[in-house]
Amino acid sequence: MSDWRNRETRDPIARKKARHLSPPARSRAMHAMSARAAQGRFVLQKCCDCGEITYPPRDACPVCWGELTWQDVPAGALVLSETTIRVSTDLYFRDHLPWRMGKVALDAGPVALAHLHRDLATHDRAEIRLMLDRGGNAALFAVPPNGDFDMADPQFREFTVPLKGKTVLVTDARSAIGQAVVTALHKAGAGLIIAGIQAPGRQSDTQLAALQLDNVQSMPLDIVDQVSLAEALSKIAGPLDLVINTARHVRAGGVSIGSNPVEMRRAFEISAIGMARLAGACAPMLAGRPHGAFVDIISSQALSGAADQSALSAAEAARLSLLQSFRHEMRSSGVRVLSVFVGPVDDEDHQTMPPPKVAPARIAATIVDALQQGREQSCVGDVASDAMARWLDDPMLYAREKNL
Amino acid sequence: MTDQSSNTALSGLIGEIASGDLRVVDLTNILSTDFPVIVLPSEFGQCEPFRMETVSRYDGNGPAWYWNNISMNEHTGTHFDAPAHWITGRDVPNGTVDAIPPRDFIHPAVVIDIADESAQDEDFIVTRAFLENWEKANGQIPEKHWILLRSNWSKKVGTLEYLNLKDDGAHSPGPDADAMRFLVQERDCIGLGVETVGTDAGQASSFDEPLPAHSILHGNGRYGLQCLTNLDQLPVFGSVIVATPLKIKGGSGSPLRVIALAPANGE
Repeated sequence: MSDWRNRETRDPIARKKARHLSPPARSRAMHAMSARAAQGRFVLQKCCDCGEITYPPRDACPVCWGELTWQDVPAGALVLSETTIRVSTDLYFRDHLPWRMGKVALDAGPVALAHLHRDLATHDRAEIRLMLDRGGNAALFAVPPNGDFDMADPQFREFTVPLKGKTVLVTDARSAIGQAVVTALHKAGAGLIIAGIQAPGRQSDTQLAALQLDNVQSMPLDIVDQVSLAEALSKIAGPLDLVINTARHVRAGGVSIGSNPVEMRRAFEISAIGMARLAGACAPMLAGRPHGAFVDIISSQALSGAADQSALSAAEAARLSLLQSFRHEMRSSGVRVLSVFVGPVDDEDHQTMPPPKVAPARIAATIVDALQQGREQSCVGDVASDAMARWLDDPMLYAREKNL
Repeated sequence: MTDQSSNTALSGLIGEIASGDLRVVDLTNILSTDFPVIVLPSEFGQCEPFRMETVSRYDGNGPAWYWNNISMNEHTGTHFDAPAHWITGRDVPNGTVDAIPPRDFIHPAVVIDIADESAQDEDFIVTRAFLENWEKANGQIPEKHWILLRSNWSKKVGTLEYLNLKDDGAHSPGPDADAMRFLVQERDCIGLGVETVGTDAGQASSFDEPLPAHSILHGNGRYGLQCLTNLDQLPVFGSVIVATPLKIKGGSGSPLRVIALAPANGE
């Protein structure tokens, strides 16, 4: 167990800190850019007629009024100038002053205003990240190139979910994914990791290596049960920063062939209703934190019905829908809601499936990376990435192809 | 009008309960969401635990009233097993909870203490020889009685030792087939009541005759009571069990409140 003396202290008399959001999006084109930023892509608009690449987002080409399309472009840039903002009327920025911004010449063409990492100066080469700000809108953030930079930059931290010293709740921590997530969080420096163990418990559970790590505390937790959830949350020492939900119920079975209503109900209870119950119970706790976040692992089967895993794909589709609702609700509090899509996992749930399967440790590594990069949506492994690409391209075709 | 004198037995009973000469002992565990349910090998369907969802609690969903939706398996918490629960009892007449004659809900009990044996051996098996030795020391088991195995297992409720799941399955005491045949065929018992999560021992699915308590009890139209508590408050002879399962249409069993009436002086 970690030493409670090292935990964050709070002034009991101080008035509750109101948390403000970055200014809202101004146009539909800006929302389209944010939707792509959520996937970790660096995109700009390109004119279908004259080929001009343009920024900021617009509804038509500023050169020829042609139609614009989103395109992934090189992320390199040159810092042309810098400035430090010391006064602002915006409530969010007033809390974070001084704030550095700079003019950057994008390798893709346009010159843009970007938030500047503290290690960047005029004439430096930079990599531009398209990141989601506290309000969930895309913003350009310039960091030193090659990915080797100080993540503790206070401005950069505002766009990410720091893990060091944070208190994290992991559901279904006994599962292969759960154990891997606990281990990865421990390695990433989380302060206290609450490992939720689903009933029935085995006496040997406590022997699991992941649950014996420093700063890891196991407790019974069944997200299907409101009493269990309330009891577990009440036992967490100090404020809760982060929830990572790994719980799900993977069973084969169709609708009219090989169906099992008991298993189907269970899948919905855990994936959909359980996730919503967990999110609802944790939301007020996360909303009070400076970097609150909720991470949910979703099967890529959620994107379209799978005949051989009909209950799983339906329950995960419901989960995806509920997660989107929850994300919308959390926007106003600045709590980040991250989704991590996974294909078949190399665990006991997928013994009969042929490779490729993703290793639980890879899922855990992606979660840590998504938090540290502030990426709202991630896909782990080829199966999930391919499913997402095909679904984004043509959902109806994907639904047909999936069940050929 | 009923003749007053025809009620002497009942009024005597009520009088003795009121005076405390008869104790009413609650043999029921609290039905809570964390009360363990039996765990079967993973190839089988599983027993749902007790779940409770608040509909309203003097709030916007019901300003003046408090109530919950509940769900569970028929075999969750302190519960009753009807003959139809087991394949051997599938053709027993009136074998489901809605059809069991109500007079079977009230029967005397004999309490057999296996607490020391179970404390020493978590897989303690009640054999015919053990029962015959018990009878030599305590007297013959009368017919038409509930047989209650007092293992003190209920004192483990709330700990992992209650289900006592290990890599090779559950470990808890219970009877073997010869003991069950003895109780059913030679002692004509009403049923078997236990403190553990099942009438059978934790490892009973590996016995030469697997799950003998379920198989033999229900095949002969007898009943089971599981997850009992407070058996240590009952005398060896002389208590009466009141166990009335819910009237679930075609039900295989039911959670229920089990009470015992017992003389205050212990015997």
